[in-house]
Amino acid sequence: MSPYAILLPLLLPIIGAVFLLIFTRSAWTQRIGGVLFSGLCFVASLYLVWAVDEVGYIVLQSGGWAAPFGISLVADRFSAIMVAVSSFMGFGVAWYAVGEIDTGRLRRYFFPLYLMLLFGVNGAFLTGDLFNLYVWFEVMLIASFILMAAGGQRFELEGALKYVSLNLLASVFFLIGAGMVYGITGTLNMADISAKVSAAPDATGILPAAMLLFVAFSVKAALFPLFFWLPSSYHTPPPAVSAIFAGLLTKVGVYALFRFHTLLFVSLFSHFQTLLIVLSVLTMVTGVLGAASHFQMRRILSFHIISQIGYMTVALAIMTPLALAAGIFYLVHHIIVKTNLFLISGVVLQIKGSDDLARVGGLSKSAPWLALLFFIPAFSLGGIPPLSGFWAKFGVVKAGLEGGHWWVVTFALLVGVLTLFSMTKIWAEAFWKKQPETSEAAEASEAAAPVLGSTAASLRWMVPPIVVMATATVVIGLFGEPLFRYTERAAAQLLDAEGYQAAVLLPVEAPGLPIEIEESNVKGFK
Amino acid sequence: MEWALSLLIGLFFACGVYCLLRRSIVRLVIGVLLISQGANLLVFLSGGLTLGQPPMVAKGAKVPVAPFADPLPQAMVLTALVIGLGLVAFLLTLVFRAHEAVGSDDINNFDSTEQAHSAEGTKE
Repeated sequence: MSPYAILLPLLLPIIGAVFLLIFTRSAWTQRIGGVLFSGLCFVASLYLVWAVDEVGYIVLQSGGWAAPFGISLVADRFSAIMVAVSSFMGFGVAWYAVGEIDTGRLRRYFFPLYLMLLFGVNGAFLTGDLFNLYVWFEVMLIASFILMAAGGQRFELEGALKYVSLNLLASVFFLIGAGMVYGITGTLNMADISAKVSAAPDATGILPAAMLLFVAFSVKAALFPLFFWLPSSYHTPPPAVSAIFAGLLTKVGVYALFRFHTLLFVSLFSHFQTLLIVLSVLTMVTGVLGAASHFQMRRILSFHIISQIGYMTVALAIMTPLALAAGIFYLVHHIIVKTNLFLISGVVLQIKGSDDLARVGGLSKSAPWLALLFFIPAFSLGGIPPLSGFWAKFGVVKAGLEGGHWWVVTFALLVGVLTLFSMTKIWAEAFWKKQPETSEAAEASEAAAPVLGSTAASLRWMVPPIVVMATATVVIGLFGEPLFRYTERAAAQLLDAEGYQAAVLLPVEAPGLPIEIEESNVKGFK
Repeated sequence: MEWALSLLIGLFFACGVYCLLRRSIVRLVIGVLLISQGANLLVFLSGGLTLGQPPMVAKGAKVPVAPFADPLPQAMVLTALVIGLGLVAFLLTLVFRAHEAVGSDDINNFDSTEQAHSAEGTKE
């Protein structure tokens, strides 16, 4: 088992991006290259999951510098499954984008940026260094900024401005937090920070720095009350772009929160637990109420992202083995289902020229297959058995009951019902109701000319990923046990911060290490 | 020296927050710029200030002499500065294009993303 397995999910997207930046002339080179490299990345990530599950941790000390002096890349089971499911989405959405992204956008470097986005996301999951995590966040954000603004339409620019300014501020918080953590602990290696903070007799002095990081991650994860950037921007870019954003970006924030509470400041968790539970419940409730009040498919779905984030963080806040396993399971389920729903809204947009529920209708007659494809992820999101969402919610609720968090469970179930309500709203409006007779819809459908000549040709690329993701939802629902066992093993690792520290801080043979820094020069708690 | 830099950082943050709270999008850029520079200075300060002691290892020795300037925050600030430069360049372009498209500097007019009905039906 070579530790270099960890590099493949990072190298393949960046090599692909460079390759596609060289061959920009042909639209088909861009499309095939995008699908090919994201597909290879997916294969590599599956290998990583398998390899990590065999040995527990794969650690690569870059440049041979022993931790904590160099930058460590660390894959544990949680990182590996996140990389795998993200790369799965990366592959699926790249395939879908072939049918949706027009040549104008391809010429504005759609696929190189897309691969850079996957590069940043995978990097954020695999790094074991706090400042390096900041850099990966920036890689991911810069790619997403450009993808979001590239259309140049008024509403896209406005959405992008809101998205960019709020995320930039969150990055500044992250940077200040990382700087302060370094100032106090004298290290940036996440395992080393964890060890130093846990070993300190009174570590409350680090709370201000921790709080800054908490705010930064909460903005990225779209926790209440820091989610405002999300619903005002996610519906503006083309559906392929909003689908990959919806699937991955907020989940990187959730991932960072998981690491924050289970690794970085694990000994300070008691200071955060109540806060996290309250924020999670408020996130669930405000998200679902926002969704209920909107009438455009992608805006409803955007608010559901927020609402579902609450379930994941509440699982984190309960912090029992079952809760963490359910939280990871929820992440996997949610990424697949949410990406799929955004892709379906893109197909609706392609067929009808609009995804505004007031303007579309009659899809159950004109496209019954699409109705079935929508049905699966929508009901999975609502938590109907036997789909994947049922087991995810069931796990969170069971963990909540065992932990004695009755009112949290009440809200979780209530929000589940409201989620179903807004899914049935989409169902009733877009699929059951008759097509409303408006001239606007006809105008809009002219504007959305299919990129591959005809709508049918575009749909041949757009529909297969949706089918595969819907199948994945059903398979996880029916045969979810291996995945749940895996998430249980991942949760056990998360609860064992000492194991992570030991794996990363293992004394490595480092022939190139030029100086031995004396203990007196290494800052610690004073 | 630390107290002077701390005051400067506080001033940067105060001015930055003031600019962010204005309604003009140009002030938004200035605010983001000031706050990120304040953050850079703060990270620089996080290693503590050691004047005139570069972390050089004397010939033959294995470790630098005890009070030496911490090079890591400087490396971090350098990284953050480069990233910040790129982001501010992008933000300026974005603000320029958005100003062209909306025809106003007032953030209250940036409301087409918040209208009840869909974006593609945006009317001027």
